[in-house]
Amino acid sequence: MANYLLKRILMLFPMMLGITLIAFVVIHLAPGEPVDMQTSMSPKVSAASKARLREFYGLDKPLHVQYGLWLSNLARFDFGRSFAPDNRPVTEKIVERIPITLSLNIIALILEFGLAIPIGIIAAVHRDTLLDRGISVFVFVGFAVPTFWLALLCMYFFGVKLNWLPISGLHSLGSEQLPPLARYWDLAKHLFLPVVIATFGSLAGLSRYMRSTMLEVLSQDYISTARAKGLRERAVIYKHALKNALLPVITLLGFSLPAMIGGSVIFETIFSIPGMGQLFYMGVMARDYPLVMGILVIGACLTLVGNLLADLCYAFADPRIRHGRG
Amino acid sequence: MTLSRCLTLLLVALALAGCAEDAPEPKAVRSKGGPPAAGDALVTGSIGEPSNLIPILSSDSASSDISGLVYSGLVRYDKNYKLEGDLAQSWEVSADGLTITFHLRRGVKWHDGHDFTSRDVLYTYRVVIDPKTPTAYSEDFKQAKTAQALDPYTFRVSYAKPFAPALASWGMPVLPAHLLEGKDITQSPLRRSPVGTGPFVFKEWIPGQKVTLESYRDYWEGAPYLGRYVYRIIPDSSTMYMELKSGGIDQMGLSPVQYQRQTDTPEFLSRFNKFRYPASAYTYLGYNLRLPLFQDRRVRQAITCAINKEEIVQGVLLGMGQIAHGPYKPGSWAYKAQVADPAYDPARAQALLREAGFVMGRDGVLAKDGKRLSFTIMTNQNDQRVKCAQIIQQRLKRVGIEVKIRVMEWASFITNFIDTGRFEAVLLGWTISQDPDIYDIWHSSKTEPKELNFIRFKNPEVDRLLDQGRGTFDVAKRRACYYEIQEILAREQPYTFLYVPDALPAVSSRFRGIEPAPAGIMHNLIKWYVPKQEQVH
Repeated sequence: MANYLLKRILMLFPMMLGITLIAFVVIHLAPGEPVDMQTSMSPKVSAASKARLREFYGLDKPLHVQYGLWLSNLARFDFGRSFAPDNRPVTEKIVERIPITLSLNIIALILEFGLAIPIGIIAAVHRDTLLDRGISVFVFVGFAVPTFWLALLCMYFFGVKLNWLPISGLHSLGSEQLPPLARYWDLAKHLFLPVVIATFGSLAGLSRYMRSTMLEVLSQDYISTARAKGLRERAVIYKHALKNALLPVITLLGFSLPAMIGGSVIFETIFSIPGMGQLFYMGVMARDYPLVMGILVIGACLTLVGNLLADLCYAFADPRIRHGRG
Repeated sequence: MTLSRCLTLLLVALALAGCAEDAPEPKAVRSKGGPPAAGDALVTGSIGEPSNLIPILSSDSASSDISGLVYSGLVRYDKNYKLEGDLAQSWEVSADGLTITFHLRRGVKWHDGHDFTSRDVLYTYRVVIDPKTPTAYSEDFKQAKTAQALDPYTFRVSYAKPFAPALASWGMPVLPAHLLEGKDITQSPLRRSPVGTGPFVFKEWIPGQKVTLESYRDYWEGAPYLGRYVYRIIPDSSTMYMELKSGGIDQMGLSPVQYQRQTDTPEFLSRFNKFRYPASAYTYLGYNLRLPLFQDRRVRQAITCAINKEEIVQGVLLGMGQIAHGPYKPGSWAYKAQVADPAYDPARAQALLREAGFVMGRDGVLAKDGKRLSFTIMTNQNDQRVKCAQIIQQRLKRVGIEVKIRVMEWASFITNFIDTGRFEAVLLGWTISQDPDIYDIWHSSKTEPKELNFIRFKNPEVDRLLDQGRGTFDVAKRRACYYEIQEILAREQPYTFLYVPDALPAVSSRFRGIEPAPAGIMHNLIKWYVPKQEQVH
């Protein structure tokens, strides 16, 4: 086990180096420079002041020197300063946005797993019945409906027509003066629509996955054995079948780790939630190199860590993998 | 004058900074309901988040909206677009036009209680021209030869040659020397918590959510009635519109569709006042004059003749705008109402093209020496501009010109096509600056890569008039120059000027004291108020 762990961790390093290279190349390949974005088509800017801006950001150096500088800073966990006019440290900008994206995604993730797993089990157990079909239709509607459209409809209905829920943002004006409990209630009302709609959209994938692994397990011989020895159906399904059917779900959980800080541009834009998705999108649009590279590197590293964790959990849960025999 | 990237953004910006000489049908603004009272908050929505609240370090409209309320300059434009004193009580221009002396207002205090003096003005001037300051605004100030603070309330600046836009350039926000002098401005805490002399005091900025300002009790013109000004960041325009309807924000710039079709209900009109006045911007079709095809003036004139501008205003703006004939805003002092530009006349378009040697090919497209008359219009991802290009495409097809349309992301568009000159025609827009100096866009010396005369318009007569126009402070003389430039542009048609859109702000009707003027509605924000019994925040 220790050997396996060591090997996996060592393998991370070359991969991370590759990630930094790709992150660097990707954003530098895009046409346009941060300086252009701030100054293009403005008559009040001379060529000299543009050159000065380029020098200020270090863009006048050759590419490989820029990469080297960035990498050596990165090794010291310094992501550099944003190229946006505010010139703040990238870490500060990311840290400012992570809490809201993270908490929103964790709530949505708990809801998603909490709903999709039972839905998948029910669909599998009641395979090909009306219930199964109904569930399929429900989750696929959620999958197929464009979330931004659904979001706008819900905002209009619950926000403008009924006036039950706030439209966008995180807090009402003046919520600072409310007592703590009322403040949480205010926040909960603001988060209700985003969380519910995000969950509805992502139910299909996981529940279908759960349904198929469950069906696979239910057709195994040991399930027939369990039934043959007279166990109650509940015990067969929840004690014997579910344990094995849940194994592949661990992988999916591992994949969700980077998504937790990823955030969604469309969603955050519509609901005016200042999250990571928006930050990244604006960074790309403004060619804010350090910010974009920073987010890419963090996202990629989290994917690696997520995979590693998933594999470790797998090994922990499944002795066949732990002992290197398949 | 920055090329407007996205019209939605632009409209929002214009709703706040917009202007007009003759506001058409200014709807009666309700004024009943109690005497002016202090208190309440004006909540406004913005697509973008401010980037840096030290105004010389940022160029986005969100940052300038906020810093425009927190800071003030030596001079400013009044509601009729005349320059008036702000931090300067008065000023004199010397007889030769080379020296301007500002007499500063006494008793003005910074938001932290410090006295405002000429030291602040001198510091601001120095930091803007400092090569180490990453600012985009140093050009106007580099024209100055010397600047001196004669005494705490007198500031003098002199120029090597008369420079008319100089006076307006001193509308630049003055920065607090006592907080910035000797420090690195790019790292100053003022980037995120500004201290100014303007009507509103900065209170807080919650990143990605809102910026809150409060009424400044000691503002030299008197404290604003409104207790707070809240600037909410709402990146999606549909969301913003719903926030407006549900009461989450009090003010926003409407789109033509929203203005015309979605807000004409009694319910909306009872809760909001809608305003409409020409925005300071125009949209144009520009031709690459490096290409032999467009070097022929008759071709450019023919294209203008073939385009029905009225149809574009109706189709794209639902009538919420007016036809443009030149680079100035209708009603401004440099604008010439009657210019001899080609009117919509497809028959004349065909005649002009025949004269230029084009004959109709079998495929319905004109050709000359075996080359078909076909070109590509490029534009950025902007719904109105794309629609506009499509209407033009249809019209030109009828006279035998084939048009292709290519839509691109802004950064790639500018770097790969505009800067390299690799384009045929572009459909873009300019915002119109208050000073009529359009040197940067039309002078032949501004045709280098990355400069603004990217279509390469070179006309010695226009060059001479532009030099003359910025070289005198005499309005009558300047007007004569700009009138003549408009005639030349009308004749030459380097651009087909398409339209000037209207700014269409809506403001909750609980706000009173709004006074629509050529400069829009925001000019007297400090006089807006909400009667005591209607205050909600």
